[in-house]
Amino acid sequence: MVDGAAAALSADGLTHRFGERTALSGVSFAVGAGELIAVIGPNGAGKTTLLSVLAGVLTPTSGSVRLAAAGDGAGRPSSRRVGWVPQEPALYSKLSVAENLRLFARLERVADPEASVSLMLEQTGLAERAGDQVKDLSGGNQQRVNIAIGLLSGPRVLLLDEPSSALDPRQRARLWEFISGLAGAGTSVVYSTHDVFEAQHHADRVLALDEGRLVFAGTPETMDWSY
Amino acid sequence: MRWLLAKDLRILQRSPVLLGTLVIYPIVIALLIGFAVSTPPGRPRVAVYSGVQAGHGTIAFGSQRVSLAKYAKQLYRSIDPLPAGSPQQAVADVRDGRALAALIIPADIDQQIQELIETGAGNPTVRIVLNGHNPLERDLAQQAIQARVDDVQTAVSRQLMKLVIVDLQKVLNGGSVSFLGHTLHLLGLKGIRAIVQETIASLPHGSKQRPALQQVADFANVAIDGLELGSPEIGGVTTPLTVQESDVSGATTPASSYAIAIAAVVLLMFVTLVVAAGMLALERSENAYRRLVRGLVRPELLLAEKVVLASVCALAMTLAMSAVISIFVPLQWSRFELWVLALALGAVAFAALGVAVGALARDVSIASLLAFLISLPVAFVALVPSTAISGGLDTVLGVVSFVFPFRAALEAVANAFTGSQPAIGLPLLHLALLAAAFAALARLALLRFGER
Repeated sequence: MVDGAAAALSADGLTHRFGERTALSGVSFAVGAGELIAVIGPNGAGKTTLLSVLAGVLTPTSGSVRLAAAGDGAGRPSSRRVGWVPQEPALYSKLSVAENLRLFARLERVADPEASVSLMLEQTGLAERAGDQVKDLSGGNQQRVNIAIGLLSGPRVLLLDEPSSALDPRQRARLWEFISGLAGAGTSVVYSTHDVFEAQHHADRVLALDEGRLVFAGTPETMDWSY
Repeated sequence: MRWLLAKDLRILQRSPVLLGTLVIYPIVIALLIGFAVSTPPGRPRVAVYSGVQAGHGTIAFGSQRVSLAKYAKQLYRSIDPLPAGSPQQAVADVRDGRALAALIIPADIDQQIQELIETGAGNPTVRIVLNGHNPLERDLAQQAIQARVDDVQTAVSRQLMKLVIVDLQKVLNGGSVSFLGHTLHLLGLKGIRAIVQETIASLPHGSKQRPALQQVADFANVAIDGLELGSPEIGGVTTPLTVQESDVSGATTPASSYAIAIAAVVLLMFVTLVVAAGMLALERSENAYRRLVRGLVRPELLLAEKVVLASVCALAMTLAMSAVISIFVPLQWSRFELWVLALALGAVAFAALGVAVGALARDVSIASLLAFLISLPVAFVALVPSTAISGGLDTVLGVVSFVFPFRAALEAVANAFTGSQPAIGLPLLHLALLAAAFAALARLALLRFGER
């Protein structure tokens, strides 16, 4: 368990309602620096809602999200401090890979957009496809660009919503190699998944949600997977 | 905003169908409008059979003679005549589509008219056969022929009235008339009155003939007064109608310039609505909206960027179209600043409507379809003349025209092009208010824009 004071990101009593429906109910947890956390649960359990609230895309009905007090300060999540990678690629299909990265780097006000774009192209192995329009990329490569945009500002926390759902096994393996490398370099990663194997093998801790409630938080080894 | 604008322009540039449409559309519209307003209307092809022999066709009005050939020449300038050898041939020409209409003039038309003049009996008749397949062409042919037939009727009426007035003057003042080869002298009412009054004066006061003669003198007085008053009125009938045109609201827009203003506003509306609605909806379709508004771009800025993008595109295209049209129809280039002002504010109002449509539709294809579906009725409603519909419907259409920018934009652009009425201030204010209202609606719609 991560101490809240040492956490890169902490959630406290997060509740979110869509009208009468409660999608998230009193969820609290903390994420340590460089920690890799898998959020699992059936459809409608609240995984995407949790990540959206953590990313600041949705404002919680109650509860709060706090970031570590370092560098640019603590407080609510923003695009510069928390990288967010939605489930469906959020890219302009008629722009090239490099143009997408360059646009978001400029909108993120990254100090050196060109250097940041080059770094992301190198890290994601897409340098040779930099000039290709996104619509001409495979689903796996689109997801890599999607993740690269989430990393442009060098966030300390990266949120990924079902990042491997559109990928074949080979692409998945390359993705997890990449994400593990990020975590190893100190980036906290929280991702949602349906895939039990991924949660067992690519997570330091697992958060299990059911009908919006946090029903388990612990290491994969302590999780009752028959549940 | 500049990065977003650059991004959208690049996306537009890489959408060849849309880009092609946006470039070709104004050029086609400009050329169509230019040719339409600078080319005189075509003359309908009319099969003509005239039974009147060459050298005949003259009608006598006393000493005056009117030749029907003069009116035939006028008719031939209004139509594209197709000579027919017989009435049957003329009808066949219409039936087989060689002519839109047939005009059949009987051989004795001049005699029929002459008989009507001299005896008041008869009904001189020419026959018009129309092709009813196309109502618009049918009306064009019918109006062209009817106008010339009316000319003949007017000429005959005028000559008849002149004769009537001459005869009435002779009844009033006296004069000479020819009858059966003899010249007769008419005394006239005034002469009769003078003789009767002299006779009364010469009779003794107690004469029994005085009251009877006085009745004759009184009748003559009444008749003279009536004819003296009536003659000018009858003379006026020979030129029954003089049309003096004036407008109650000062200078008006020439028809050709008004047509160009309509074309410009239609283009402005079409481009701004499609671009603004489509490009905003694209942000959601590409799943990028939630990423953008997550601290990178404020929603208001995103709306403003789409309004600027659509307005600049539409303004450039509309100005290009106007420049091409000015080859055909003279426009007042000295008022260019007002053109830009009117078109720019109109574009902003339409673009604000466009982003509202895009925010509500939330899907590129639905937004584009909605933009197109809104364009047509909005333009149609604004162009329906109030005199062509009932009062209640006029109120409804007036409200619709008021809440959409088309009519205000048309008034502003028409004024900018020609300096016509109404003045440009109120339409510009109207456009500014509509732009603000639609922008507010779009901002409200964005509250649920990012929801999946």
